Amino acid sequence: MSNQVPIHEGLFTWPSAKPQLLGSRCVNCAETAFPAQPDCRNCGSRETTIVELGDQGILWSWTIQTFMPKAPYKSDETAETFQPYGVGYVEMPGGVRVESRLLPNKPEDLQIGMPMQLDIIPFRTDGTDGSGDQIMTFRFSPVKEA
Amino acid sequence: MDVAIIGIGLHRFGRSPGLSGMQQGASAVRNALADAGLSWKDMQFAYGGSQDAGNADALVNELGLTGLQFTNIWNGCATGGSSLHAAYSAIKSGEYDVGVVVGFDKHPRGAFNPKPADWGIDEWYGETGMMLTTQFFALKTQRYMHDHGITEESLIRVSEKAFTNGSLTPTAWRQQALSYEEIANSAMISDPLRKYMFCSPAEGGAALIICNADKAHLYSSKPLYLKTAAVRTRHYGSFEVFAPSQAMNVADASTVTASKAAFEQAGIGPEDIDVMQLQDTDSGTEIIHMAENGFCEHGEQEKLLREGATGINGSMPINTDGGCLANGEPVGASGLRQVYEICVQLRGEGGARQVPNNPKVGYTHVYGAPGLSGVNIITK
Repeated sequence: MSNQVPIHEGLFTWPSAKPQLLGSRCVNCAETAFPAQPDCRNCGSRETTIVELGDQGILWSWTIQTFMPKAPYKSDETAETFQPYGVGYVEMPGGVRVESRLLPNKPEDLQIGMPMQLDIIPFRTDGTDGSGDQIMTFRFSPVKEA
Repeated sequence: MDVAIIGIGLHRFGRSPGLSGMQQGASAVRNALADAGLSWKDMQFAYGGSQDAGNADALVNELGLTGLQFTNIWNGCATGGSSLHAAYSAIKSGEYDVGVVVGFDKHPRGAFNPKPADWGIDEWYGETGMMLTTQFFALKTQRYMHDHGITEESLIRVSEKAFTNGSLTPTAWRQQALSYEEIANSAMISDPLRKYMFCSPAEGGAALIICNADKAHLYSSKPLYLKTAAVRTRHYGSFEVFAPSQAMNVADASTVTASKAAFEQAGIGPEDIDVMQLQDTDSGTEIIHMAENGFCEHGEQEKLLREGATGINGSMPINTDGGCLANGEPVGASGLRQVYEICVQLRGEGGARQVPNNPKVGYTHVYGAPGLSGVNIITK
């Protein structure tokens, strides 16, 4: 079985049974950033700590990407296989709005204020170095009703 | 030291096959010099910018190696605003009497594809398909419509006005007026924004000759005055392009702070402006920028647009030449095209698109990634 490798270190806990987005919080002013960064965009302090931002949030805004982006977009898709995808900002309990791909790609399935669940998904297969690693990224989908 | 604009020049926006971006920039400079009745050797300094068409200071190869100070400027789509601000400061300081500001570009077809590293962002953001300006403007518009009760009707009306104005503008790229239905039925690009609601990367050049206002009469019988030039970048919490995350508390956009600074410096208010240019990367953005620049309350746009207030004969004419929607956006030139059009209007040379009643005060606002706004106020 191929390895599942995060697209970038430090974006989310991985591997994990219940993955969480990771960010940074300023020791001085308590503002939160995603992705984590060593300095604070608000007060300029160099003291920040890594924090879990949660795995559920509220949809703050959304759109749908209808055409396949040019580079630096890097997926396994071709112009023929490209599927539109949702993009939105999700308000996280950790105190920051995170931009993310969204599973729904039809306007009728997306609404500002809807609860969203984090998924960690295979985004592409890295075949160029022969390892065939699955490159994992984060995405949100509407919380399924119980 | 006050600052005057004594020459304006444009190289037509759109597509100029067979001409490099730089040649289009040189063409704009020659037109501006001719308008001012000056020659290249009279220029003491130049500021210029281009994103995809080469270093602006290489224009001297076409215009003449006169030894002038020539500084290259690049600030994304707000490049023209920053170039003009630099030139404004050069005159204001008393160092120079007369110089040129120039912008030009020639972009490949299709949406821009910025590199994350150039913007201090890691590669995953671009690889997973979130580094698109079209998405940002759609996300900002979507939230704005939700918060302020703006409907799709307003988005359509902005485009309808833009292409109507474009049809009256001989230098515009898109000169075909489009009906409300054609816009409403055009393909959805990035919800809620449709094909005819977005501007496209294009080609073109624009140039201005500016000088010490005390000496303007030596050169021109119809000088205009650049009362102020203000450039501001984003604050913590302002919702701007290329942001993998946003702070919970939304702060004023850079447009709000640049606009306030400009009005304060000029000692006038939004009610004093007769004709304006507001960055219309897309129709939602023009709507948002109406309020961010202080010309109306948030949410009031719906009523203003229904009444035609932003049309050439309305109470607050916006983008009389069709703006970015009808002219396209050659990044280096776009902000200067705005100033060019305001000068045309204040001179009363707008022809079929001339704002009535002798406009005396004009306003320009340019916005660029990653959250930078430049505002100019120009008077007779």
